[in-house]
Amino acid sequence: MFDGGDSNVRKFNTVNRRVFILKIAKGIIFTGIVARLFSLQITENKKYLTLSDKNRLREWRLPPVRGEFVDFFGNIIAGNTKVYQLHVVPEQVEDFKYLMVRLKNILSLSDKQFRKIVKKKEQQKPWETLIISENLSWDQFSKVNFYLHELSGVKPVLSVARSYPLKANYTHVLGYVAQASEDDLLKNEEIKNKHVPGLRVGKSGLEKTFENILIGTNSVQRYEVNAFGKRINQVDFQQGEQGQKIKLTIDSEIQKLCNELLADKAGSISVMDIFTGEIIAMHSSPSFDPNLFLYGISYKDWDLIRENPLKPLINKTITGLYSPGSTIKPIVALSALENDVISTNFKVNCTGKIEMYGQTYHCWKKRGHGVVNLRDAIKQSCDTFFYEMSRRLGVDRLNITAKRFGLGNTVFKNLYSEEKKGLVPSTKWKKNVLGQGWVLGETLITGIGQGYIQTTPLQLCLMTAQLANGGFKIFPRITSDNKQESLEKIKYKMSQSLVNDSENSSSLIRSAEEIFNKNEKEYNKLFRNQENIKFVLEAMFASTNEVRGTSYRSRIDDKKYQFAGKTGTAQVKKITKIQRELDLDTSQIPYEERDHAWFVAFGPYKDPRYSLCVFVEHGGSGSSTAAPLAKKLMKKIIDRHEEREKIRKNNLIEI
Amino acid sequence: MFEQSSYSDQYTFFQKLRSFDFILIFCILCLGIISNLSMYSTDGGEFLYHSKSHFIRFVTFFLMMFILSFINLRFWHSTAYLFYTITLGFLIWASMYGITASGSQRWINLYFINLQPSELMKIAIIICFARYFHREQMSNINSFKNVILSMAILILPILLVVSQPDLGTSILIAISGIIVLWLAGFNIKYFIYSGLALVISLPFVISMLKPYQKLRVLTFFNPDRDPLGAGYQIIQSKIAVGSGGLTGKGFLKGTQSYLEFLPEKHTDFIFTLFSEEHGFIGSVVLLILYAIVIFRILNIGSQSRSYFGKLFCYGFGSAIFVYVAVNMAMVLGLLPIVGSPLPIMSYGGSSMLATMIGLSIVMSTKIHNKQIIH
Repeated sequence: MFDGGDSNVRKFNTVNRRVFILKIAKGIIFTGIVARLFSLQITENKKYLTLSDKNRLREWRLPPVRGEFVDFFGNIIAGNTKVYQLHVVPEQVEDFKYLMVRLKNILSLSDKQFRKIVKKKEQQKPWETLIISENLSWDQFSKVNFYLHELSGVKPVLSVARSYPLKANYTHVLGYVAQASEDDLLKNEEIKNKHVPGLRVGKSGLEKTFENILIGTNSVQRYEVNAFGKRINQVDFQQGEQGQKIKLTIDSEIQKLCNELLADKAGSISVMDIFTGEIIAMHSSPSFDPNLFLYGISYKDWDLIRENPLKPLINKTITGLYSPGSTIKPIVALSALENDVISTNFKVNCTGKIEMYGQTYHCWKKRGHGVVNLRDAIKQSCDTFFYEMSRRLGVDRLNITAKRFGLGNTVFKNLYSEEKKGLVPSTKWKKNVLGQGWVLGETLITGIGQGYIQTTPLQLCLMTAQLANGGFKIFPRITSDNKQESLEKIKYKMSQSLVNDSENSSSLIRSAEEIFNKNEKEYNKLFRNQENIKFVLEAMFASTNEVRGTSYRSRIDDKKYQFAGKTGTAQVKKITKIQRELDLDTSQIPYEERDHAWFVAFGPYKDPRYSLCVFVEHGGSGSSTAAPLAKKLMKKIIDRHEEREKIRKNNLIEI
Repeated sequence: MFEQSSYSDQYTFFQKLRSFDFILIFCILCLGIISNLSMYSTDGGEFLYHSKSHFIRFVTFFLMMFILSFINLRFWHSTAYLFYTITLGFLIWASMYGITASGSQRWINLYFINLQPSELMKIAIIICFARYFHREQMSNINSFKNVILSMAILILPILLVVSQPDLGTSILIAISGIIVLWLAGFNIKYFIYSGLALVISLPFVISMLKPYQKLRVLTFFNPDRDPLGAGYQIIQSKIAVGSGGLTGKGFLKGTQSYLEFLPEKHTDFIFTLFSEEHGFIGSVVLLILYAIVIFRILNIGSQSRSYFGKLFCYGFGSAIFVYVAVNMAMVLGLLPIVGSPLPIMSYGGSSMLATMIGLSIVMSTKIHNKQIIH
């Protein structure tokens, strides 16, 4: 045992010494581990907590519920309906082909639909949600849910979609919604922030204009998920807010009547409150049912709409540009009176045609009107009289007056991006744009609303309204807020602008550009002498309510409904000598070459409140096609007046 | 001396019981309880498969340790070579007929237990060296024969374990073997030489590594290289530990583990789970428990009058330290991910068995510390 005792002691010493060294090393290493723990858990705790939350929490944004549109009486004209949708993220699906075959069986999809979906999948990125179906029936939805555990990557989604209960009646006013495109996301921050797969956004009309108000906010579901992305439990639910409700000034009853009146015709009807500028109705025909687009329109239906020669996709009221024809005559007459070109006693002998500058200009009445004064000329729409008067007036002075009354500019400020300005020609315009000098003969045809001049139906409605209210500036609007002024206050404001005369009296001389540049105040007077306006209005009354007036047949004798108007028949094509001699009936002329029928009116005559403009594209003559529609319409408008005033009164009290 | 040693052979049962190291026993029990609670947490707060079998193993092997402690140290001394040889035999058996799981052939079927002989080898190598150097003269230790022979004893099992392949365990065996050799008095120059040899052979070793092992080493140096692949474990482990904060997310509330972001949470990453749920304070407490265990083992070694017992305790204590340090450094992102369980805490029967055998030898050394082995 004691052999090599010395060696044994050395052995023990060595091992003890080396263990001591090891102990120190261990101490250092353990301290190092503690230091690491400290840096991870104390110093960098926040960072790792965030990372941990990022791991475990996932947010699901639900589509926001779009704000509704209601009409003046609070009826919903654009709402929301629940739809059941089926979403798939191709990236999360193991075997896409197999899944699609399963889905095809479960949903009993047709081969065509099947191919469409597969094609759609190939067009988008694998992480983008593929919408298998926009609108499942309840049957399909419950069936999918039943098999859901076998269909990994498939998400049945309860969503909302736009619905338009009044179908075709508001199509052009409201515009339409469709799936947000990449362009929408880039251009509109609001859409980008709220985007979820399948989100529908406004593509045109008011739906687009008020997108940021209508869109609402997303509901957010926050889930805890495991490492495989499976939802474990819902942590949080944030209820989103529905988009704001927008109230329009339109009366659905009148709007519906417009649709009926224009059934099977191409055209437009607009109705306006001549004091408040409220649009009472605004319809473009033919229309179509926007609900067709909700779940993806079929090719057949789409072709039917797109290839319809009456062009249902065009909002004719604000984007259609047409020659106004004789409806421009009240403005021409007013311009001549305001500029003292003629007096009301000025007379012209109409023989059916007039020779000027080596050309023959025809009156619509071949036999001629005989000797006519201004009142008769408006009443019977004598072209010859207006040729002579326009020649004396000149196009530039006419241009100023026409523009003052709203022609040649958009009626709404930025409300419809597609709205057209139209054109009121002037010598300067022709030189700048066409690079040619003005030909005097062109003044003559401008005076009867032909030639270069182009207007939208709504511009003519506004023009009529501003004449009918006594010649005061109004700003048409289609949305209704509660800041409404009473009629008395509006009339007071108008009388005030009569008093502040001095500044405005020189305004007739101002150039048209100046008028646009200056922010015209509401209810500013647009005339120099109100007697001239009154004269024109009286002539329009005669046109409808006196024998030989152009719209005499469409008159209403009841004072309550009695209105005054002006017909217009705009030529689409220059009439040749042969045609003139043939004197064909409308039905014998090819559709595209038939005249446009116009009628502008205001009523009730003794206390005017509403103006309207009826336009029938290729409808023939204004007096036979457009004026009778206006008669039915005016009756309805006046009948609805009391209802409308009730709502207005309620709104007034709210202030 | 003779009297004393012969006297000690006749310790009564109660005398032996009284000389148990109760602090060590207490710390082992604490670790056992903590490990069982953690295992309960990995099962999502239910007493399921992992927690059940871990509990049974801990209780069984703890009792076994208790009983084995009464065995005289002489028994271990005399059976040391046999123990080593049998374990080596098991390793060879495993390499031929072993059970393959997750790409590694490291288990053998003993009918009542699936044994992982490489875990037992961690203990066997220490016992073997303790016996080997027990009788060796100090002047003889660095002799050519000794150096070659002990190298052979060490390298043989390492090669077998590497070929399974099990890089983690072979590294641990190598480290604990080298520590024992150094403690026994091996000249430091041998370690420097072999270190140099290792560096020179490194390119060969790397070319021999399996692709997934290469990936792990690369990933260690830059975990963000492949956040969803090989780096995933390190990143998720660091997130779990870091998000634990000072006091942790609370028992059964570790989101990283129960939402299954943590890989291997019952075995190698059990500390991560514990650290996430109990935070910095809990982790330090656990570390202190291990430190006490190691300190007590080394202390028992220093009091032992037999060189065999002394060297074993020093070697075993250091080995425990190495296992703990490597495992923790690994899950904290300080070392590359190699399979290395945390003693007592991690799920695994063989590891538990080996640890308990080692502890029973330590306890036997304590009881028979006056004994000198011939």
